[in-house]
Amino acid sequence: MSIENDPMAEIRATFFIECEELLEALQDGLQAMEEGGTDDETINIVFRAVHSIKGGAGAFGLEDLVRFAHRFESVLDAARSHQLEIDGEVLSVLFRAGDMLNDLVSAARDGEAVDPSLTEEAGKALDALIGADGPDGDGAEEEEVADFAPMALSLDLGPLDAGEGAEENAAGSDVPAAPGEAGAPGGPMAGPDGSPVSAGTGFRIRFRPHSALFASGNEPLHLLRLLDEMGTMTTLCRAEDLPPLGEMDCEKSYLHWDIFLETSEEENAIRELFDFVEDVCDLTISPLTGEDMAELVRHAEAIAREEVSPGGTAGDGALMAGDAPGSSGEVASGKPEAEGSPPPSAPKTRKAGGRSVGSGRNEGGSKAAGKGKATGGVKTKPTVRVDLERIDRLVNLVGELVINQAMISQSVEKAGLLTNPEIDSGLNEFMQLTRDIQDSVMMIRAQPVKSLFQRMARIVRESAAAVGKNVRLRTEGEGTEVDKTVIENLADPLTHMIRNAVDHGLESPEERVAAGKPAQGVVTLSAGHRSGRVVITVSDDGGGINRERVLRIAIDKGLIPENAELSDNEIDNLLFLPGFSTANEVSDLSGRGVGMDVVRSAIQALSGRITIQSRPGEGTTFTISLPLTLAVLDGMVVEAAGQTLVVPLNTISETLTLGARDIRVLGPETRMVQIRDTFVQLFDLGAEMGYRPPLESFAGKVVLLVALEDESRAALVIDGIVDQRQVVIKGLQDTFGRVPGVAAATILGDGKIALILDPADIVANSRNKAPNTQADLSLAG
Amino acid sequence: MSLNILAVDDSRTMRDMLNLTLTQAGFTTHLAEDGQDGLEVLESLDPEPDVIITDINMPRLDGFGFIEAVRSRDRHRSVPILVLTTESAPELKQRARETGASGWIVKPFDPERLVRALKMVAG
Amino acid sequence: MTDTEDKAKADQTELLSFRVGTQEYAVDIMTVREIRGWTNATPLPHAPPFVRGVINLRGTVLTIVDLSDRLGMGPIEFSERNVIIVVEAGRQLVGLLVDAVSDILTVSAEDLQPPPEMLTEGPRTFVNALTIVQERMVRILDLDAALPAAEIEAA
Repeated sequence: MSIENDPMAEIRATFFIECEELLEALQDGLQAMEEGGTDDETINIVFRAVHSIKGGAGAFGLEDLVRFAHRFESVLDAARSHQLEIDGEVLSVLFRAGDMLNDLVSAARDGEAVDPSLTEEAGKALDALIGADGPDGDGAEEEEVADFAPMALSLDLGPLDAGEGAEENAAGSDVPAAPGEAGAPGGPMAGPDGSPVSAGTGFRIRFRPHSALFASGNEPLHLLRLLDEMGTMTTLCRAEDLPPLGEMDCEKSYLHWDIFLETSEEENAIRELFDFVEDVCDLTISPLTGEDMAELVRHAEAIAREEVSPGGTAGDGALMAGDAPGSSGEVASGKPEAEGSPPPSAPKTRKAGGRSVGSGRNEGGSKAAGKGKATGGVKTKPTVRVDLERIDRLVNLVGELVINQAMISQSVEKAGLLTNPEIDSGLNEFMQLTRDIQDSVMMIRAQPVKSLFQRMARIVRESAAAVGKNVRLRTEGEGTEVDKTVIENLADPLTHMIRNAVDHGLESPEERVAAGKPAQGVVTLSAGHRSGRVVITVSDDGGGINRERVLRIAIDKGLIPENAELSDNEIDNLLFLPGFSTANEVSDLSGRGVGMDVVRSAIQALSGRITIQSRPGEGTTFTISLPLTLAVLDGMVVEAAGQTLVVPLNTISETLTLGARDIRVLGPETRMVQIRDTFVQLFDLGAEMGYRPPLESFAGKVVLLVALEDESRAALVIDGIVDQRQVVIKGLQDTFGRVPGVAAATILGDGKIALILDPADIVANSRNKAPNTQADLSLAG
Repeated sequence: MSLNILAVDDSRTMRDMLNLTLTQAGFTTHLAEDGQDGLEVLESLDPEPDVIITDINMPRLDGFGFIEAVRSRDRHRSVPILVLTTESAPELKQRARETGASGWIVKPFDPERLVRALKMVAG
Repeated sequence: MTDTEDKAKADQTELLSFRVGTQEYAVDIMTVREIRGWTNATPLPHAPPFVRGVINLRGTVLTIVDLSDRLGMGPIEFSERNVIIVVEAGRQLVGLLVDAVSDILTVSAEDLQPPPEMLTEGPRTFVNALTIVQERMVRILDLDAALPAAEIEAA
């Protein structure tokens, strides 16, 4: 069934989206509480989040979720009313409960199940906080979990339809149903459907509203009408307390009713009707007795007399049957609008009423109307839910536009038309517009990293618990917006880095105390924009990288020669080598054979870079730098071996033209260029890409100095630089899988495809082919 | 008669659901997302709604505050107000009543019960 | 259209036949997206030799496979008549570089015969079935076998 056709499916989808927001608010709240914000409003926000999840879950019959949310909510309620003091221990239970709630929501959304023992464990921890002994502390409420099925509404509105019939009946007969017709006192009586009911099947109800009933917006009229629907009703409106007209206070209640209701309903059903008003009225309900029936007949006779002589007064009481409240109400309640108005009947055209949703609001009226009936007149920040595919299509189209714009510029230039000022400025405007459109489209895909960071908060909690450390996660720049795909693809590498930080980065609490640090370690996750890129850091305040050990391991594993002399930074970067793992024993957490090399590959796949800084005793920081978007890139268009290639501009630190004397030779193949006081290895791009055999001489060639991840540099030899421009990134992955040394492709102004290079990968591939040049590392710094 | 209903709830899910239920029952629904918003919507409605349904726990202005504010306006002194809440605790009902609520609906509501509650306060 | 016509249609397949070297091959016309004249492809470094490179197909990057080379008959001889048949194999589009398009054929299922068992270890034939059309042997290409993405990646 498509979502458009099924309003419940649509609401269900809304519910899960809302759950995400609520879970986010919950995390925020718990975090604020952790940072000392245990004020009422913060606790209330957390409470409200859980409460709303429970409410929605109940409507969809998600019982596991409701049950757990209920236990959670009880604890929060205790916190809210200051019966429970929030301390670190309580918080950790709350955090765990938050995680569990998260899992339960995901499971409910995906139709999966959560291991009940885990739920129970978290639930028990909650119960323990408030001394509750199980989920059935408030069983009554849970039993109300019922599948919400408005679709069944039109079939299932018993009271409504019955009411309609009864009212029509009542309205149609001017003569009230005489009690005589209903049967002699004590004799057999006819039910509403004409079937005989035994004597006394029914109730005598005395109903005296207090003034407060009216003050609370209640109206006896409605209740009497509903009573009437339950059977055959005769009502005596007692007006003996009515003061003279001039002394009447329309806020006050002077009337009461004696009601004789012949019905097969239970007393409970009648009491339920008065549920809202039981505290603001005197209500006695007793089974009908023979005496009651006799009284009924007397009044019936009285009213029959009045029918004959309409001039007569009602005396001590007006008797009405059937449509009793119709005229008594106006006197009693002082609500003139009830007068003479036909009794409300059930809507005959059920759809009609929904039309004017959201109407009648002056401000933002048109906005509300545009939102359609699903949101009605709600004044929210207007949002639309859009299929990601549609956005991607738009992104692609904008990419086309960018290419097309470049093509037009190129042909206009070729045709020598740029001398025409109108064409020139028109073209410039076109270019600007294209850029603006592109930026706007990219912004659609951007999301704050907050949700990602919150997931990491959970990783911190879980890994800290697993290794018995006390760890706090600090986050900065949660509002930083990053492309959705980037966020999705960052989750795995970040998870790994966080686990690493907790597991390896931070010392044990004892070691920390011994080193004069607080026992609680801090992992900081930050995000921000820096010079057109997104920078995300993961840092810990641990002991820093144990370089001696790292070096030892690298040598033992044959990753570097025994006698290698590496700078601190180079040692740190050994962590990124494939197959490197610092853990002595494979730890439960960050082991599993996944090393930082995998993290680096994942970051590189996002066209990002990762670097490491570490200070002994102070901690380690990993810095991830990513392009703002995966769709465009500032590139340098170059030529090598007759091919046009694009080098990402942010990888290039310098360009220069080689003179014959700049080149030094090392060993049989390795050539280097001296840049100021360092030597940088030269890579023949045309040969590395397999376009042609290596060149004999590099003299006169152009060199691109590129920065590598380990902060060393390499020099790519090219034929020349063509242009510098923004290019649209086209994935090669879809059509071809990974091509070594190539990050992606783009389409140039002439319609040709050019490859976008990954210089670090080219260098790495080249070095892997000739492992004996590894020692050059020491010169490259 | 089609009732004109103002429903106030901070949960979008609940609003959508109320809207669907009430619309299917043939009522006209106006929605607001918290007490403050509810007051604004209320002032923009002419005539006043036949019933107001409101959640209790909401940001900015909660259900109690909302009801108090509604009752304090002469125009809305007697408009029936149903409190929508998962909390069926008696003290909560008591407080709702003292504030001026006409009745309550316990979430999750089933449509039939919701409609019945509406009839109890608004015919 | 009558039922009998429907049935007759049902076991008939339309094929696009084309020439690779001196041999005639065909693919189910339903897999063909378009036919383009030859344009220079951008070579991909370190790709297997039968991958001629990539071209711009209205904004997407299309991999071009030299079918002659893929079928073990050596690189295609360049000619103005060379064409690229864009086919959908698996879920991806691939361009087949062939010598020329010959014909659209309608064959019924019983006209198709299985290719002889290949026992030798020589280059695979990537042929599903054979059929005779006007005394020519037409080889029906097994697209999935000839163009598995995984194999191209691994090569």
